[in-house]
Formats: sequence, structure tokens, C-alpha cells
Amino acid sequence: MKTYQRIALAGNPNTGKTTLFNALTGLRQRVGNYPGITVERKSGFLKSAGTTHEIIDLPGLYSLNPTSKDEEIAWQTLTGTYPFEPEPDAVIVVADATNLMRNLYLVTQITDLGLPTMVVLTMMDAAREQDRLINPQALQDTLGVPVVALNARNDAEVDQLKDAITAGNFATPGPLQWKPSVKLQKAINHLRTGLIDSNDAIPERAADLESLRLLAQDAALDALTGDARAVVVEARQMLEKEGLNGSAAEVLDRYNYIDEILQTVCAGPVDPRKSITETIDRVVTHRIAGPALFMGILLLVFQAIFSWAGPFMDLIDLGFITASNWLADTLPDGLLNSLVVDGVMAGLGGVMIFLPQILILFFFIAILEGTGYMARAAFVMDGFMMKIGMHGKSVLPLMSGFACAVPGIMATRGIENYKERLITMMVLPFMACSARLPVYALLISAFVPGDTAFLFFTWQGLTFFGLYLFGIVMAAVAATIFKKFLPGAGHTPFLMELPTYKIPAFSNILYQMGERGWIFIKEAGKIIIVVSMGLWVLASFPAGEPGMSSAEQLENSYAGQIGKVIEPAIEPLGFDWKIGIGLITSFAAREVLVATMSTIYSVQSDDEDITSLREMMLSDVNPETGEPVFTLLTAISLLIFFALAMQCMSTLAIVKRETNSWKWPAIMFGYMTALAYFMSFVVYQGGKLLGF
Amino acid sequence: MPKLSDILTPAENLRVTRVTGPALNRMLEMGITPGTAIDFIRQAPLGFPIEIKVRGFLVALRKSEADHIEVDHHG
Repeated sequence: MKTYQRIALAGNPNTGKTTLFNALTGLRQRVGNYPGITVERKSGFLKSAGTTHEIIDLPGLYSLNPTSKDEEIAWQTLTGTYPFEPEPDAVIVVADATNLMRNLYLVTQITDLGLPTMVVLTMMDAAREQDRLINPQALQDTLGVPVVALNARNDAEVDQLKDAITAGNFATPGPLQWKPSVKLQKAINHLRTGLIDSNDAIPERAADLESLRLLAQDAALDALTGDARAVVVEARQMLEKEGLNGSAAEVLDRYNYIDEILQTVCAGPVDPRKSITETIDRVVTHRIAGPALFMGILLLVFQAIFSWAGPFMDLIDLGFITASNWLADTLPDGLLNSLVVDGVMAGLGGVMIFLPQILILFFFIAILEGTGYMARAAFVMDGFMMKIGMHGKSVLPLMSGFACAVPGIMATRGIENYKERLITMMVLPFMACSARLPVYALLISAFVPGDTAFLFFTWQGLTFFGLYLFGIVMAAVAATIFKKFLPGAGHTPFLMELPTYKIPAFSNILYQMGERGWIFIKEAGKIIIVVSMGLWVLASFPAGEPGMSSAEQLENSYAGQIGKVIEPAIEPLGFDWKIGIGLITSFAAREVLVATMSTIYSVQSDDEDITSLREMMLSDVNPETGEPVFTLLTAISLLIFFALAMQCMSTLAIVKRETNSWKWPAIMFGYMTALAYFMSFVVYQGGKLLGF
Repeated sequence: MPKLSDILTPAENLRVTRVTGPALNRMLEMGITPGTAIDFIRQAPLGFPIEIKVRGFLVALRKSEADHIEVDHHG
């Protein structure tokens, strides 16, 4: 036996595959990340005497004819067309016992691949509750591959599966176990004798599959010319004469085979009437109650993010301050000290402080996904989302955008249609992310009156709410415009499964939180380190004269000079050069504005004391006109600018990675910043005309 | 033959008679094959997508898919 075995774990979505993967591999997991490839796969490890088994957790897929990016990755891995790697040594197909009919479809496709295969039946408990009795032994005999039946949460049963894996309990039944109909077989034979069998490049085990591909896929036909093409056209005509087409004939024959199998391995109702799921759905997907419930859940999630995260954020802040102080004392005085403390640590701390909010958001999202609710939210919202060029499944990434755009953009991968996915990415940064919060908080508390507007709502609270709403409305407007001008990406089938409701395993939720949190740290962190070092250079050089205050030094630095250079450009928005510096430094992360303003106004106490900074800003006077630098109108103009402008390097980097081109991040930066400028201009100049 | 997209109220006695259109293959692969019994469960708030039950599981379809599924009433 080989000392290293690669085993692909495949299956339909919602089959409990992830639970099984976690149970099999525990914490021995890593997320693969290949340059230029947008979807990550997870691998976990299982050790036995002398052999390491790498279990590759593939994204869920319904068939080997992929329609989404996720499915494509799974398909590539299984067929050995994934870049830089051979096909797996073996395949485990996970099939949901409560939904065996459709799950077996993928099983028949995977056994066609001619790889050593094992089938794992999950959710046996739930099937039993539906009075469905499945005989795994009979299924094993019919399919010709080992079948292991279990519940992924039963440790003893999972251990049995581990034993089966380490014992190499796989079988290769050979292709076409589903026995094509006579008509289809004739067309296959025609292709094999006329074309494929004489082609040495195609191994015997793949010959039948290649025949099916040539019959079903027009792209495969288009790639051929001359005699080869003629043979394929003949074979297709043989089917058409019988009133069939290649792909339909294949699918129907597979389902006929599955219907036959189920009669021998399954007893009890195939289609149980009215499950609990359908009863719950009557409320959750109701025309009025459904959307209302969704809004309620959103509110609850936000409330939790903002009220629970506080103490943890303080803790992280404290940690970074302590570490920075320690580094400042330990490293020798000089440039390196300043670079590490003022550059890297300050930048990193500024982003990591949002980790608690992001983890809390992911906690809720994992629950909403794990229970099956997220598909209902997509169902309820799709009608509206489609009108503005997006998909019901865009709701989840957009929600994530309220914490941070980076994980949100990565969550768009489940959207099959590329145009809908692209639009979702392009408007997602309008969602008011956590990094805007400190900026909003500073400006609102300083310049918006705290008086009651009506009932118990204050102007400050309403402004906060208004900014969130503003982001959402602008996202919808931008999406509508993108929908008009972006070319279509062809028809993508909209077939969205509404899985049965489940109680998610707590461990799954933790795994998912940990995994996504880590991706955030990794993706945002590495960008932030680079950008904050660049900004540190801009803000630290040329070095100030001895005796200069830090505010004077900053004014003298390249950042200060740039701020003054761009002052004429931003003056019509009501901003002076000091805000200009803030706009430049906040490109690493928006909330850096607060720290920069603190430095500029030489706030004595530790940087981000908003109260004293607020007072300094309020009393700042323009030396030429004698007017205050900051008015309510300036503050509103700046708020609007921050709500709309693309000031996040991490987001641009992740969009580059997901679209595999600099074109989309460039467009994103351009249109968002232009829009921000335009809107701030209109508001400031309009406000002045109206006499504010 | 009525199209699935013409059905507006819950119905439990539908049968697929014909499937066509650009999403043909994926619809067949998901088990929406001619002769299969389906239940129409409900419409989403704005009319589409619709939710149907086929081969024991629930699936949502947009109008663009439902337009290409012909059904008749049986039993």
C-alpha cells in the first residue's frame, strides 16, 4: 500500500458531508490556497499504520456537469483536471439517506470515473424517522461498491468508517453500471468503433465516458473537425431518429436505473407527505411573514454584533497596545522601532480589532446556514434581488459586508451566475462595514446634535441608521446600473434546493467560524502589513527637525505635502488639507482616519480618545477666514464620502483574486471614489447654497 | 399543456410531461424528468421563484425555468 493516499470526499450539498469531514479528521485540517484559483478546498488527515490518508473535502455538487465555480472545483478534482495535481487515489461519495434518489444520481456518475470508490450513507436516523428502511447491504450488492451507513455524529460509527478507509475498503466497479438503454448503447458503440477505440490517448476505462461526453456536450463536438466530427454527428443522428438527445437520454437512463435500485434496497414511502420542514416553511417563506422574519433576524444579528463584541474588542485593543509598548521599549530606538510600532502594529491592530464582530457575524451565519434557513432567505428575497441584477444567494454575502467586505466577497462563490456574482461583489463595499463605524461615531458625536428628534429617537441615532440605509440604497442603485451595462454571462439554471431543517452541530459552527475568521486574518492581514508600512513611510519622511511637535512633523511629511497638493481638489467638498491627510492614510483601513486626526490635532492622551479629539476638531478655525474648519455640513459631506468611497486595499486585493484580473478592482475603485466625490460635492455645495 | 409557470396555487397532483429550454440538462439531472410527479408548494413574495417538491425534496425555480416545464394533472 502507498504511504500517502489522496481520497476525495464528494457529495450533494446538505448531505452532512462537512460534519462527516470534521468527524473524520478532527483538527488536522488545512485550507488549500492556490494562486490564481478562486475557490479553496479543505484537506484533512487520517493516519493509519504506515499510511497518511489525505481527505480532500470537495465543495458540494449535484452532478459532474458543473454549473457553478464550486461545482467546477469538485469536478476538476475528481477528474484529475485540477491544476498541478493528479486524480485522487480513491473517492468517498456521501449520500443522504433521506434523499437517496437524487443523491444516487451523483453516485452513478462517480462510479463511472473508474476510481476506487466507497459510498457513505448519512442521516440514517432521519430516514428511519420517516419510516424509510434502507438496506445498505443490498445497495452495496447492486452498486458493486462498499456501502457504509452511519450518522456522522455517532463516534463509534465514524470509527468504523475510519477502519474501512484505512483498510482500503474501496471498489472499482467499472463504468456504465447503470446500463444504458439499447438505443444509447448503439450510439456509444458507434463512437467507440468509429473513433475512440483507435485513439490510444484515451484509456479503456475512460472510453465510455468520452463517448457520452461527445454525445451530450456541444462544446465537445465543436472541438472536432473532419472525419472525427462526422462520426460524432452520425452517432447523434442515431439518437435523434429515436426522438432522443444525448444528454437527456443519459440522464433518463440513469434515473431508470436508480428507480430500479430503490425498489430492491428501499422500503417505506419514497415521498413522505408533509414533513416538519414543510410546516415550518409555511411561516418562514410566507409572502408577508417571510420577509418580516428575515428583517427581524437581520436586526437581531446587528444588535448582537454591536452589543456583544465590545468587551472583546477592548481586549484586543489592550493586547495590541501592550505588545506595541513592549516592542517600543525592547527594540532599539530608531527607524525600525518606529516602523514596527507605528507602522505594522498600528495598522494590524486597527484591523484585528474587528475580529470579534466578524466572528460573531460568522457565528450567526453558520447557524442560519446550518439550519437550512439561509436558502429560505434566498427564496424570499430572490424576486427582489433579481430585479436589481443579483441573486437570492447574494443576501448572505451582502449581510457579511456589514462586518467586513473581505469575507463577504469570498462568500459570493456559491452564486452560479457569473454576472450576478460579479454585481454582488461590485456593490458589496457599500454595505457599512465595521471599519466605517469609528469614523461615523467620531463625526456624528462631534457634529450632530444629540437632541431628540421624535419619540425616543435622537438625531445622532437617526444619522447612524440613515448612513446604513444610504449604503444599502446606493448598493441597489449601483446594482441596477451594472445590470444594464454588464454583458450577460449566458443562462445559468436557477434550481435552488431548500434543504430540510436541521439542528446544526455546535462543532460545525465553531469550525466554520474559525476557518472564516482565519481567512479574514490571513487575507486582510497581509495586505494591511504592506499598506501600513507604505503609509508609515509617507507619514514619517522627511523626518522632522528636532523640537518639532508630531503634528508639525506630519504636516511636513510626504503625506502632509500630498494633503496640501490635493487640497484644491477636495476643497469643494468642504475638506482642508488635514482631512486630505486623513483620506490618504485611511486607504489602509477607513478607521485609520480617527488615529490620523488624533495625530494632526496632537491629542495628548493615547491617540484615540474621541472626547478630546472632538473638542479639538470643534474649536479648529481656518486661519485665513476665521471660520470654523468643521461645520455640520463638512461633517455630513465627510460622512457621505466615507460611506461611498473605496478606501480599502484589502477589498481590492480580494476582488482581484476572485475575478482573476485587475480590471474589476480598478473599476470598483474608480466608480466608488468618483461617486463619493460627486455626492459629497453636491451635498456640500448644495448645502452652502441653501445657507447652511 | 399548462406550463409550470402558469400554476399559481398549491397543487399536489401534477406530473411533468415535457422539459425543454437552456436549463434542460440540469433540470433532468435534478430529477425533474418526464413522468415525474411534482407538488406545487408556493410562490415567493413577488410571484417568483416558486417552490416545488420533486422526488421527495424541495427546490425553488425561477420563471425562466418554470416556463420550460410542461405539466398535466393526474389522479
